[in-house]
Amino acid sequence: MTGSMNKKPLLTIKNVTKKFGPIAAVDGIDLDIYENEFFALLGPSGCGKTTLLRMIAGFEFPTSGAILLSGQDIAPLPPEKRPLNLMFQSYALFPHMTVRQNLAYGLEMERLDGQEIRRRVDETLASTDLSELADRKPEQLSGGQKQRVALARALVKKPKLLLLDEPLGALDKKLRERMQLELKRLQHEAGITFVIVTHDQEEALVMADRMAILKSGRLLQVGSPEEIYEAPSDPFVANFIGVMNFVKGTMDSDGSFSAGDYTLRPGNPVKSGPALLAVRPEHVSIATDGQGLAGVISDIAYHGLDRVVHVRTAVSDAPVQVRVEADKGRGLDIGSSVHLTFNAEKCRAFDAAGSVTATEKEKI
Amino acid sequence: MSYNAARPNLLAAPAVLWLVAFMIVPCALILLFAFFERGVFGGIDYNFNFGNFARVADPLYAGIFLRSARIALTAAGLAILIAYPAAYAITRAPASRQPILLFFAVLPFWSNYLIRTYAWIVLLNREGLVNNLLQALGYHGEPLSMLYTEGAVITGLVYNYLPFVILAIYSTLSRLNPELIEASRDLGAGPVRTFLKVTLPLSLSGVAAGGVFVFILSIGNFVTPALLGGGRFQMVGNLVYDQFLSANDWPFGAALGMVLITLMIVLLMFQAHMTARASGETKGANADA
Repeated sequence: MTGSMNKKPLLTIKNVTKKFGPIAAVDGIDLDIYENEFFALLGPSGCGKTTLLRMIAGFEFPTSGAILLSGQDIAPLPPEKRPLNLMFQSYALFPHMTVRQNLAYGLEMERLDGQEIRRRVDETLASTDLSELADRKPEQLSGGQKQRVALARALVKKPKLLLLDEPLGALDKKLRERMQLELKRLQHEAGITFVIVTHDQEEALVMADRMAILKSGRLLQVGSPEEIYEAPSDPFVANFIGVMNFVKGTMDSDGSFSAGDYTLRPGNPVKSGPALLAVRPEHVSIATDGQGLAGVISDIAYHGLDRVVHVRTAVSDAPVQVRVEADKGRGLDIGSSVHLTFNAEKCRAFDAAGSVTATEKEKI
Repeated sequence: MSYNAARPNLLAAPAVLWLVAFMIVPCALILLFAFFERGVFGGIDYNFNFGNFARVADPLYAGIFLRSARIALTAAGLAILIAYPAAYAITRAPASRQPILLFFAVLPFWSNYLIRTYAWIVLLNREGLVNNLLQALGYHGEPLSMLYTEGAVITGLVYNYLPFVILAIYSTLSRLNPELIEASRDLGAGPVRTFLKVTLPLSLSGVAAGGVFVFILSIGNFVTPALLGGGRFQMVGNLVYDQFLSANDWPFGAALGMVLITLMIVLLMFQAHMTARASGETKGANADA
């Protein structure tokens, strides 16, 4: 893990705000990114993640705040003077140049001698499995190949920091899953810090060492995928990462939460009053009799490895999703009454302030 | 046979008929005339030979061809030099303001070609606006003779065809993916090198289209040299005009015309080639954008 709090950060974002007219696309963000880290900026579209990335690259300038790279303020530097590279969402390969010329472009700008350029281009072509495509033009490449060329063109510059804007967005699902692991391997081999922007939470969970969740220009939570999945800081984060069930109820002063006649003690007690309880589908058990939260099965979705049972209850807006192993869910039928019990330790409680955010659940 | 298999051909029929009747047939006739001789009292002697083409190569006429080509080339070059920065500036303007800027660039087109050319006579003659302005600014020498010079002809040609060139270059520049420019900067190229290595090469098809356009329309032009070049100034267009309407030597006029048309077709093919190459490139650049 990269719990490297004693290390010096490679990139420091200090209270950065970017306004377009009266609207703050990025609103007072503080963030440290460490060396050799695979960092993901995650959020729904319009959350400011791309604007933040473009400020780091030098294509937008912060309205206020500072961006430090290895302790040096890079705000006055134009993009071409920053020792970092950006991989564009559209890949932005130069259409009038071959793959080899695209890779060599960045090195020619450093005025390296021809032999050195050739050596480094060949080396990068080989490590990204592109040697055989070296003399093709971008128009002769598939989407996946273009993506690799765009990555190689940035890697060949050996930047301190590589920014990737939705790098896998244009690829189909199978290829995307393969490239997620491929990107991780390349990041590890090259020893370069990656900062990736994505709206795909699964992608962020698989690839990132640490991630930041953004919403409306603000930073909601920073942490490892596990921390964020297990202990989301608010209902929005809880809902954005993975599948989350929300149950409405009341928090008592003794730290117990009750919804209808079901009561339990969540891992994190909050102040007493109306509250929201969040629980993952894998932490809910279902039984046809006994105690627990009463409900009626509204849907059963078969996923191969498991079944997701949707249970309508009186205390949740959306049906509670329960994950059961495929062969254990056989006795359950749509319409039958069931009782749900939650793994109390894994439940997260949020106080009333959070419940406002939870209504946005449907929008995402 | 399915109902729509033959229909596209039928739909094209009016256009095809039009082209055959008013383009192919007249061109074929001109081509045919070029191989005959002028009759003693005008008209045509149907005596097949290559004499007219030999005459085109005569230094007197070849010289006029070369001068026309030089003037057309200068006009095309100047038009590109003026139009490129203008088109570039328009693409950099906010998207909401681009249509109005283009409208102003094209505005002169809405007035008559002859009027626009006469306007230059008003501007350039010895008592014209330009000379008056110079005197008002303190110039007391002999008024400048700007009218009826090669410079006046080139000025008129550039002025008349400039909007086409602005449009042609604008259309390629505005289709350029702006991320390509950013990618170049990101990879370490400053604004100047980015322009020379990315923007310019990728807008050459528009430059070629505009340039070929000006060249072709200029080399065959006879109105502008007649009005702004005065009587003593001859370009190929004037020569062809004279052969048909004054000298009554249709076969020689036809031969001159054929040489001119051949030259134009070669240039248009070159331009089509540039456009085809560029469209492949932009397709590649934008497929995943």
